[in-house]
Amino acid sequence: MSERAAKVSPPDDEQDDDQITDSAAPDAATEDDAAAGDADTTLDPVTSGAEAVVRALENAGVEYAFGVQGGAIMPVYDALYDSDIRHVTMAHEQGAAHAADAYGIVSGEPGVCLATSGPGATNLVTGIADADMDSDPLLALTGQVPTEFVGNDAFQETDTTGVTTPITKDNTFASDSDRVGSDVSEAFALAGAGRPGPTLVDLPKDITNGETDREPDDPKVPDTYQVQERADPEIVAAAAERIENADRPAMLLGGGVIKGEASEACREFAIEHEIPVITTMPGIGAFPEDHELSLEMAGMHGTGYANMAITHCDTLIGIGTRFDDRLTGGIETFAPDAELIHVDIDPAEISKNIHADYPLVGDAETVVEQLSEAVDAAPEATKWRAQCQQWKSDYSMAYDAPEDEPVQPEFVVEALDEATSDRAIVTTGVGQHQMWACQYWTYTEPRTWVSSHGLGTMGYGLPSAIGARLAADDDQEVVCIDGDGSFLMTLQGLSVAVRENLDITVAVLNNEYIGMVRQWQDAFFDGRHSASDYHWMPEFDKLAEAFGASGYRIDDYDDVAETIDAAIAYDGPSVIDVHIDPDANVYPMVPSGGDNGQFALTEDQL
Amino acid sequence: MKRGLDGPEPETRPTPAGRRNKQGIRIDPEIEVTHEPRRTVISALVEHEPGVLSDVSGLFSRRQFNIESLTVGPTEDDERARITIVVEEPDPGIDQVEKQLRKLVPVISVRELEPDAMRRELALIKVDAERPAEVAAVADMYNAKTVDSSPETATVEVTGARQKIEAAIDTFSQFGIREISRTGTTALARGTDRTAGSDSTGQPADEANYDGQYTETATND
Repeated sequence: MSERAAKVSPPDDEQDDDQITDSAAPDAATEDDAAAGDADTTLDPVTSGAEAVVRALENAGVEYAFGVQGGAIMPVYDALYDSDIRHVTMAHEQGAAHAADAYGIVSGEPGVCLATSGPGATNLVTGIADADMDSDPLLALTGQVPTEFVGNDAFQETDTTGVTTPITKDNTFASDSDRVGSDVSEAFALAGAGRPGPTLVDLPKDITNGETDREPDDPKVPDTYQVQERADPEIVAAAAERIENADRPAMLLGGGVIKGEASEACREFAIEHEIPVITTMPGIGAFPEDHELSLEMAGMHGTGYANMAITHCDTLIGIGTRFDDRLTGGIETFAPDAELIHVDIDPAEISKNIHADYPLVGDAETVVEQLSEAVDAAPEATKWRAQCQQWKSDYSMAYDAPEDEPVQPEFVVEALDEATSDRAIVTTGVGQHQMWACQYWTYTEPRTWVSSHGLGTMGYGLPSAIGARLAADDDQEVVCIDGDGSFLMTLQGLSVAVRENLDITVAVLNNEYIGMVRQWQDAFFDGRHSASDYHWMPEFDKLAEAFGASGYRIDDYDDVAETIDAAIAYDGPSVIDVHIDPDANVYPMVPSGGDNGQFALTEDQL
Repeated sequence: MKRGLDGPEPETRPTPAGRRNKQGIRIDPEIEVTHEPRRTVISALVEHEPGVLSDVSGLFSRRQFNIESLTVGPTEDDERARITIVVEEPDPGIDQVEKQLRKLVPVISVRELEPDAMRRELALIKVDAERPAEVAAVADMYNAKTVDSSPETATVEVTGARQKIEAAIDTFSQFGIREISRTGTTALARGTDRTAGSDSTGQPADEANYDGQYTETATND
C-alpha cells in the first residue's frame, strides 16, 4: 500500500502544466524525480474528475474494486481502464457490496464497490446497510445523473445520499470536479478510521466527466471527526481494582476486538489473569476456541456454558461489543449481578443498551494495554473457573449422528473444519447453517470468520467468499457454508467466481427449507410452515456445473469426507449440495427477549 | 427421536438474584433507579453545508428520540450553523441524543444547555380585529408588536420563553384566533459560558447524569 502511495508525486497546482509535458515523455522526468526512484515515479497528471477519483483510490493503495458498469458511472470505469486496480465485475451490485465488505473484514483495509446511479445504487443498499451494522470498512462509489438533471426524476435517478444517510458513517454528493478526488480520499480515510463503517461518494456524471488538473489530497479524516485512543486513567484504575477483586470475572470480546487488532492483547490479558472468555458472534476468532479459558459464543444460539457464565459472572469486561439483543436476550436478565467494564471506541455505544459501570472510551488494543498495566494481581477465581468447566461438560455441544438417519449438519461443519487448515476462512449466509458454522467450527484466528451479524442478510455467503478469497493469502482456504435459501439469493455470483477462477468451496446445507424460519414456526407458530417450505430447490451441483464450476452432492455419511476433500482440492470454485436432515434444528436457543441462563436444549424446553 | 442437546433443564439451573431495569442498569434492591423523562435543550454547532439538517432530523426520527422542536440558523461564522433542539427523554436518552449527534461528521460540537440558559421562541398570531384597542392592549401586555393589520384581522409578533408565548396565545384567543405560526426554541448559554464550542467536541462518555429537576426560566422580558 505505502509502496504505491510513494509513487505518487505530490500535487502542486502551479506546476501542473509543466508536469503534463514532462510526464508525456517519462524519460524527460526531472533529475529530482529520477533520484526518488525508477522512471515510474511520475504518474500522468489527472485530466478529469473521474481520473481524480481513480487516482484517489490508487493513492489509498486500493488493489481491488467490485462493481457493475452503468450509464452514470461510465466515466469512472473509463478511467479504471488505464489503472492497475483490478476491477471484479459482479453479477449484481448487492454482491459487489458484500464482496467489498468481506474484503475489508479479511484485509482490514476498506473494501471498494462501485455502482451506477438509480438501480445500481439501490442494489448496493443492502450491502451498505450490512457493513454499517457490522462496522465494516467500506467505500461505495455511485454514479449519479448529471447535476442539471438532479432532482428532476431523470432516467436512473435516485437520491442516493438521501437513501443511504441512515446506513452510512458519512456520505458526500460530489459537486466539483476539482474536489471530487479529495472527496473520495476523505471518504476512504473515514471508512477505516475510528469505528470503521461504510462511506459513500455520489458522483454526478458531469463532475466525473469534468476537466480538472487537481490531484486528490492525501486520505485524511475531516477535522470534525475525532477519535479518543486512550481511556480515562482514573476509570482504568477503578476498573482494574474491580477486576482484581472479582470473584466471577468474564471477558466478552466483540467484533471491535478484531477490527481494533486487539486480539493478541486480549489473549494475553485473559491468559495472564486466568479470566474465562466469551465472544459475541462478530467476535468469533478473537480468542482461540480450543483454549481452556474459551467458552465460545454467547447469545441466542450461543453455547450453554457461555450463557451460564455470562448470566452468573460478577464482573464483565465487554470489549468492542454493542450488546445487541441477539446477545443480551432480555435486558433485565442480562448479566444481572455483573458490574460492567465497557471498552469501546465509539462513546455512543457506552450505556446504550446495558449501563456501563466503568466506561472506557478508546481504542481496544490501547485500552487493554492500559488495563494490563493497571491490574496488579489476577482475580482469585479458582472456584469460578472450575464452575465454568463444569458447565462445559454439563452443556457440551455433542450431537447424535446415527448412521441410518439423514446427514446431520453439525457433522458436515466439523468435517469441513477437519479437512481445512486453522487459517481457513469461513463465510456464511444467514440462517440455521450460519449458527451451525458458529457452533461446530473451531475458530482460532481473527479475520477467519466472515458473516452478516447485525443485518442478518441472507445471500451474504457467496459474494463475501469472493471478496474474502481476493483478500486472503494464497495458502488460506476459503469455505462458504451456505443454506439453500441463502445461496439461492445471490448464486449468480458463481459466474464471477468461475470467470475469475477463484478457489472457493461452497457447502450448501440443503434442507429444502428456510430453516430458521421453519424452526421458529415449529416453536412459536404451531408448526404452520407458511412460505418456508422450499421443496422446489434446484440441484445445486448441476447448477454449479452449468455455471462452469465443479459440482458435488452428499446424501449420506459415507460421502462426506471424500466429497469434501475433492471439493477443497479442486482448484477453482466448487459447490457441494449437502442434503442434510430436513428436521434438524439449532440448539441451544434462547427465545427472543428471554433469559440467557434459561436457554432451551430441545424443542420441549422452549 | 430426540432433537437437541443434553444438560440440566432450565428449571433445575441456578438463577442469579440480581436484575437490571429496562435501561440496563443493575437494580439495587434498596433503591430502584429509574429515570423519568425531562425536557431539555441541546445545542449543536454544525458545518453550514447542504444536507446537515436532514442528517440531524433523520437521526432523531430513526432513533425514536422524542423531539419537541428543532430550529436552525446561521451563526457569527459563515461556515457554521447552530441547531437548537428541545427534547423530552429520560437521562439515558438525552445522553444518547448528544452522543449520536456527535457521531455525525458535519457536527462540530454538541452540548446540553443549563436550565438557566436563555431560550426564546417567536410566534405570529393572527386574530380577528373587531376590537382593535383591546388587541393593542393585550399586545402591549406581552410586549408584542402588531406587524400587520387589516379591517378584518390583526397580526402580532410575540417573542419570549415558551410559557410566555402560550400565555399570550391563551389571552389572544378571546379575540378569535385565525392562524398561528410559531418557531421552535432557540437558545444560548448565559454570560461568558460558551453554548457549544470546540472544547466540547468528541467528549468521552459523560456518565454523570444530571439529576436536578428541570425548570424553565420564565423570564418575561
